[in-house]
Amino acid sequence: MKRLILILLASLATLSAAADSPVNHEGDTLDLRSRYDNNAEAEPVMPSDSECISSTDNTLDIGGIIFGHIGDAYEWHLFDTPKGPVELPLPVIVRSRTTGWHCFSSHKLSHGAVHEGFVIGDEGKVVELTPAGPVRPLDISITKNVLSLILSSILLALLVLLSARWYRRHDVLHESPSGIAALMEPLIMMIHTMAKENIGEEDYRKYSPYLCTAFLFILLNNFIGIIPFFPGGANLTGNIAITMVLAIATFLTVNITGTKHYYREIFWPEVPGFLKPIMPIIEVFSALVKPISLTIRLFANMLAGHIMILCMVCIIFIMARFSPVLFGSMTAVSVLFGLFLDLLECLVAFIQAYVFTMLSSIYIGLARQKH
Amino acid sequence: MNLVTPDTGLLFWMVVIFALLFFILARFGFPIITSMVEKRNTAISDSLKEAEKVKEMMAETVKEHEKMLLEARAEQGRIIKEATEAKKAILAEAQEKARAESDKILSEARTQIAAEKESALRDIRREVAVLAVSVSEKILREQLSSDAANKEYLDRLYTEAQTLSKDSAKEN
Repeated sequence: MKRLILILLASLATLSAAADSPVNHEGDTLDLRSRYDNNAEAEPVMPSDSECISSTDNTLDIGGIIFGHIGDAYEWHLFDTPKGPVELPLPVIVRSRTTGWHCFSSHKLSHGAVHEGFVIGDEGKVVELTPAGPVRPLDISITKNVLSLILSSILLALLVLLSARWYRRHDVLHESPSGIAALMEPLIMMIHTMAKENIGEEDYRKYSPYLCTAFLFILLNNFIGIIPFFPGGANLTGNIAITMVLAIATFLTVNITGTKHYYREIFWPEVPGFLKPIMPIIEVFSALVKPISLTIRLFANMLAGHIMILCMVCIIFIMARFSPVLFGSMTAVSVLFGLFLDLLECLVAFIQAYVFTMLSSIYIGLARQKH
Repeated sequence: MNLVTPDTGLLFWMVVIFALLFFILARFGFPIITSMVEKRNTAISDSLKEAEKVKEMMAETVKEHEKMLLEARAEQGRIIKEATEAKKAILAEAQEKARAESDKILSEARTQIAAEKESALRDIRREVAVLAVSVSEKILREQLSSDAANKEYLDRLYTEAQTLSKDSAKEN
């Protein structure tokens, strides 16, 4: 069923992309570089794989390729064909200060087109063309990352709810879990036990669902980010907005449910008198730094992993310009390194999800101390 | 660089979707799973404890059994010993009795034999006496053909009879 939907979506996207894509008059499917040149001339705005060779010196725009992959986009680039890239157009939802809400498909903005006064600006974001110059409207478009977020959240909800259904329908005392329940149980119980150890017997139950949600969310999105093709490939956990929301959720959980003792430690700790005015500043600062460190750790780790893999892949295309021997040998090397980094990323995907959850539970545990 | 500046749209959607996801999963997902698994865990640990208890009970039962077996064996030995002793005692008693009986029978037989011997001797003696009398009568009848001799003999007989009667009187 899912595959059917995918095929349907893909064919739709193909149709829409074909309607907009520039026709490659040369028809030379083998000469990638000349096609890149053509596309680069036709579409100067958004950097994506097919457009990353600057038209002037005929070299690969590695930065453009990499940022095209790890960044957000208004359309989901699926793959390239000789006729041009195939993209899944996504809805653009913007609110202009003057003209109110606008909602239209992103393919209307492709190739620098202006639609309803909006255009994709130099930063790759939708801007409104006003007499005073380009203005950034309130932008809540369903971008590539948002769509990936929605899909992965649905997938996660399905995974957990289906395994919960197994537990509701079966007698746990007489049957061992099977299927999805058997897959999810170890992960959930790992976090549940960790919450118990770090937060304490008394009230870990209150926090365990949040920690489980955060862990599974990060883990799933980390893995989806490693998958190189649709519907994976969106760099969600390597996006600072995502990790920031997660870290702020932890920060709020910690500070809203903190005990009297926790706040006493921050504002009136038991230290010699002359330190009393200094300590609150340090403690408040440390409380604020915790979510920032959570944000940066996850974001930077995932981003760095993606960039490294992309660099490995790019080496192949950089070397294409040099001698065949160098090209061949470096291809082998970069494929091997790429494989190694992919496997490393699988490990990091788990470790970072675990570290985020563990630190969250430790912070919560510290804020729940009663004496 | 837009990598480190969070995008408002993504922030907005992330807050909405993550909050939704959290509420759905925290309400219908994780508590059910964790409570069920904990229920199973407590059931397992309870059964383990139960099994341990049963094992201990079994060990105790086995010990008791062994103790009982040992006791039974001791009892058996004791009984056998007693029975052997009783057998010996009975045998000894029976032998004793038999010996006494045989002694008694022997002594009775002996007295009877003695008595019969006595009576036989008496009979013989009497027979001998009768024979002697008849023999002597025959001899006398020969010798007493003369009167003198007859008379003398009569005297002597007379005295003899007198002593004899005296003897018999004494004997009786």
